[in-house]
Amino acid sequence: MKPFAYQVPGDAVAAVRSVADRPDASFLAGGTNLVDHLRLGLIEPGLLVDVTSLTSDEITDHEGGLRIGAAVRNSDLAADRRVRERFPVLAESLLAGASGQLRNMATTGGNPLQRTRCVYFQDVSTPCNKREPGSGCSAIGGSTRNHAILGASEHCIATQPSDMGVALAALDAAVQVLGPGGERTIPFTELHRLPGETPERDTVLEHGELITAIDVPDLPIARRSRYRKVRDRASYAFALVSVAAALDVADGVVRDARIALGGVAHVPWRARRAEEALRGAPVSEQSYREAAEAELADARPQDGIDGGNGFKIPLVTGTLVATLRELAGEEA
Amino acid sequence: MTQTLEPRAMGQDLVRRDGPAKVHGTAIYADETPVENPLYCRVVQSTIARGRVRSVDTTEASALDGVITVLTPGTAERLASTDDAELAVLQSDDVGFRGQIVAAVVAETFEIAREAANLVRVEYDAVDHDTRLSADRHDLYAPEKVNAGYPTDTDVGNMEDAMALAPVTLEQTYTTPMQHNNPMEPHATTALWDPARGDGSGPGLILWDSTQGVHPMRATVRGVLGLEADQVRVVCPFVGGGFGSKGTPHANVVMAAMAARAVPGRPVRLVLTRQQMFSLAGYRTPTIQRMQLAAERDGTLRGIAIDVVEQTSRIKEFAEQTGVPTRKMYAAANRRSTHRLAALDVPVPSWMRAPGECPGMFGPEVAMDELAHELDLDPVELRIRNEPELDPETGKPFSSRNLVACLREGAERFGWAGRDLTPRARLEDGWWVGTGVAASVYPTMRQAQSTAAVRFDGGRYIARIGAADLGTGAWTVLPQIAADALGVPVEDVDVLIGDTDFPVASVAGGSSGTATWGSALVEAAREFRDKFGRGAQDGDEVEAGVRPNPDAGSYTMSAYGAQFAEVCVHAYTGEVRVPRLYGVFAAGRILNPRLARSQLLGGMTMGLGMALHEQSVLDPRFGHVVNHDLAEYHVPANADVADLQAHWIDEHDPHVNAMGSKGVGEIGIVGTAAAIVNAAWHATGVRVRDLPVTLDRFLT
Ligand SMILES: Cc1cc2nc3c(=O)[nH]c(=O)nc-3n(C[C@H](O)[C@H](O)[C@H](O)COP(=O)(O)OP(=O)(O)OC[C@H]3O[C@@H](n4cnc5c(N)ncnc54)[C@H](O)[C@@H]3O)c2cc1C
Ligand code: SF4
Repeated sequence: MKPFAYQVPGDAVAAVRSVADRPDASFLAGGTNLVDHLRLGLIEPGLLVDVTSLTSDEITDHEGGLRIGAAVRNSDLAADRRVRERFPVLAESLLAGASGQLRNMATTGGNPLQRTRCVYFQDVSTPCNKREPGSGCSAIGGSTRNHAILGASEHCIATQPSDMGVALAALDAAVQVLGPGGERTIPFTELHRLPGETPERDTVLEHGELITAIDVPDLPIARRSRYRKVRDRASYAFALVSVAAALDVADGVVRDARIALGGVAHVPWRARRAEEALRGAPVSEQSYREAAEAELADARPQDGIDGGNGFKIPLVTGTLVATLRELAGEEA
Repeated sequence: MTQTLEPRAMGQDLVRRDGPAKVHGTAIYADETPVENPLYCRVVQSTIARGRVRSVDTTEASALDGVITVLTPGTAERLASTDDAELAVLQSDDVGFRGQIVAAVVAETFEIAREAANLVRVEYDAVDHDTRLSADRHDLYAPEKVNAGYPTDTDVGNMEDAMALAPVTLEQTYTTPMQHNNPMEPHATTALWDPARGDGSGPGLILWDSTQGVHPMRATVRGVLGLEADQVRVVCPFVGGGFGSKGTPHANVVMAAMAARAVPGRPVRLVLTRQQMFSLAGYRTPTIQRMQLAAERDGTLRGIAIDVVEQTSRIKEFAEQTGVPTRKMYAAANRRSTHRLAALDVPVPSWMRAPGECPGMFGPEVAMDELAHELDLDPVELRIRNEPELDPETGKPFSSRNLVACLREGAERFGWAGRDLTPRARLEDGWWVGTGVAASVYPTMRQAQSTAAVRFDGGRYIARIGAADLGTGAWTVLPQIAADALGVPVEDVDVLIGDTDFPVASVAGGSSGTATWGSALVEAAREFRDKFGRGAQDGDEVEAGVRPNPDAGSYTMSAYGAQFAEVCVHAYTGEVRVPRLYGVFAAGRILNPRLARSQLLGGMTMGLGMALHEQSVLDPRFGHVVNHDLAEYHVPANADVADLQAHWIDEHDPHVNAMGSKGVGEIGIVGTAAAIVNAAWHATGVRVRDLPVTLDRFLT
């Protein structure tokens, strides 16, 4: 681990300037992902700019929805009464992630920006296009159990690991960003990007752009929402597949749905095709299966030394069906 | 027959003597040993799996402020013995597996050492490597013997005929994956060359090391370094788990000693990272087990056979005795067992909790379940019908064998009676529910060598023995044994362990620690009483060693158990949960129920992990385990363990030792995975023969 400078500037604007000025500078929030990366030698920043005291740590009512300051800790967000009542999917997604200790440290700004858990990305002794552009993708033909089935490229098949991000994608959230050139708002579903030919870029954020808050708009359908995470053990593991879903049914018909998938792509995957298929469909397992099928039409599973990830296709289907059944009031 | 002790302290539910120190954080572990002005060593590992180190460029690393020295194959001292290739650290340019130590940095701080290690530039001449284990390799070979000295193959009667003639036969292949011990405390050493311990030729060595045996560690290290026994002291009061991986010395200890010798007068700390432990600290070989069962229609076995294929490292052989438990478990006139190895370009496999029995009771116990289904017979009943009168292998009687009692009591506690034999018959709240059973076994051993000293001092009895407490409870149970052997209250007895300055003691392994060290304490206590009677004076002291068990040749001695599992498999997602796991064991006298229960529960939990989670994914393109941390190598989390119970039956065995005890450290992990797999089959009708049982097996 290389020595680095540590800085707490006076305000967010100064923090942005500090980072923007130095290509080797990074923002530091809870550090639960970034510090691991320092230890593993994945990154060697020259300057860390601590932003935990420079952005809001409050959740405020905002245009009928909520504005969540970037410094709000994951545990505080999950415990907030408004979140639990109006956006249960968000609270559940947070509680399904990491551990109590980690959630006490992890922040709203840092969580969606955590990087992939691809084992080759995290091991400097193996090639990885995301870590070292052009070096090759070791996951292809290797261990692919945790890798993408949707939207991957021949350069990278990694998945975005954030649970919270999946809920935010389903909730039409928006990201407030402060950059060297001022403020902008990015729809949450456009924050992350598919790997394409430049997997080294996880998001559309430019160097020096700081997340200051995340807005969750008023969304009545979200009161009936769930986060269902499926993983290799009962707790404290990343998702193999997860589903964030909200469902509005009346008279045996689906009126509206919000669905996002985790563990399947380089982004929290908003399942618009499934939502489309569900709108107006009868409340039935058949409809849910068809919705899953529509969403997975372009799924491309990977072979791998650990059996590959083809199982994610039936797993997404099963998890979506189980979640929608539960939301519709049927037995899981 | 051994003269059995009258139990007074033995059998009591005493709390751990070392508990408060551990809870308060004052128990000192190897890496925390207070030493003056320590340096830190960080190893550099090979990034090829086979070939030669062409060059090591240490320029950048050495230039870093705070770096004291960089050791390479070219500059490191020559060791006295390189017979053990795993321990021949930096002795040649050869690379035998990916992750082998190819250089090491010694620096003023841990952080500087880490940074410098990243700056060491190693160039290789790589040659093609081969890390793929399969049963159809052409280069499989039969080792001379397998671990613990068992014969490689056995063949009694005619298994082929039995398979040809029996009305019911079963032939299936079962596999267990590569698994890593992963104790919580990583392998750690603080090493110091101390002039005060030296002889004329140079200083002696003190190692504060996390080890399962200070004396075995010393014996190995002094051989490698060419020192006299009294030139080396190994100290280890506490161990944060070992599970076999600290039972035999690995390269890290030799590395620490070499690093410290390179910086005279200063202690050096070396801790392996979790990732490094995946290539440097041993692991359990993957196993491929072809099982054959030949049975009558009533379930009586005519034949049982196991043919095992597993791996070892090209640089050093370790042959797991996977086929051994099948030799003695069930009565059958025709029996065969074989072991074949593939020598691959992989790290050196070694002991992991219950080597042999743990993987070796997976295939057979699932096969028995499959046979029971084939015969439409209760799997508990099938096992009872094949209970041998005498050891099927030797014809000798068992000193005690209460497998049937364990099965019956387990069935009773679990509510087994009336179980529907049909698989995939219970769907509750969206989960398929099933139950399963398997048997456990673990041999009762006593090591040949261990000595205890007992001294009377200031009104107390103080015993010393270089034993180890891996968290098992030796600090607590040994005083219980000594107290009863001396005939005094346990509060008046101290037993000091974990230091080669104390008399020699065997390794904490093979579930033999308490039996061996306890027997030595009993000998010493008896001699003390013989010599000094009841009127001991301050300073009175005797030393005595464990003796061979006179009954060893006449009886087969083992502990037995039965494990019952309830398993739920989610109908839509395939998620597997184990709401209930009950074990009933017959392990002689239970010397301390509190300690024994946590050993058994710990073993069963680790067995649960083996069933559902544990799997080292070795990428054959690179040759190393890619899921080499605890985020990706899963062991059970709290939420995976629900109603977990360990019970035992009252068992009196006058033949095993003076305490009447059998080991409890390993038997808990034996059979667990089979019980869970059998229950998962009963729940779903899907028979998983390859561990671990992950959810994808149940998705269609
Ligand atoms: C053992 C373990 C298990 C875990 N399990 C899960 C799990 O099951 N599910 C899950 O979702 N997560 C899991 N996590 C990940 C955890 O949720 C993330 O590490 C955490 O949310 C990151 O937040 P942080 O504040 O600590 O970010 P940091 O580590 O401080 O930063 C992460 C990244 O975001 C950047 N950054 C931080 N704040 C801002 C900002 N305001 N604007 C712009 N850039 C910023 C940093 O520069 C850095 O690149 C786990 C982590 C660990 C260590
Ligand atoms: S999947 Fe992406 S992150 Fe993983 S090795 Fe390939 S390029 Fe790197």
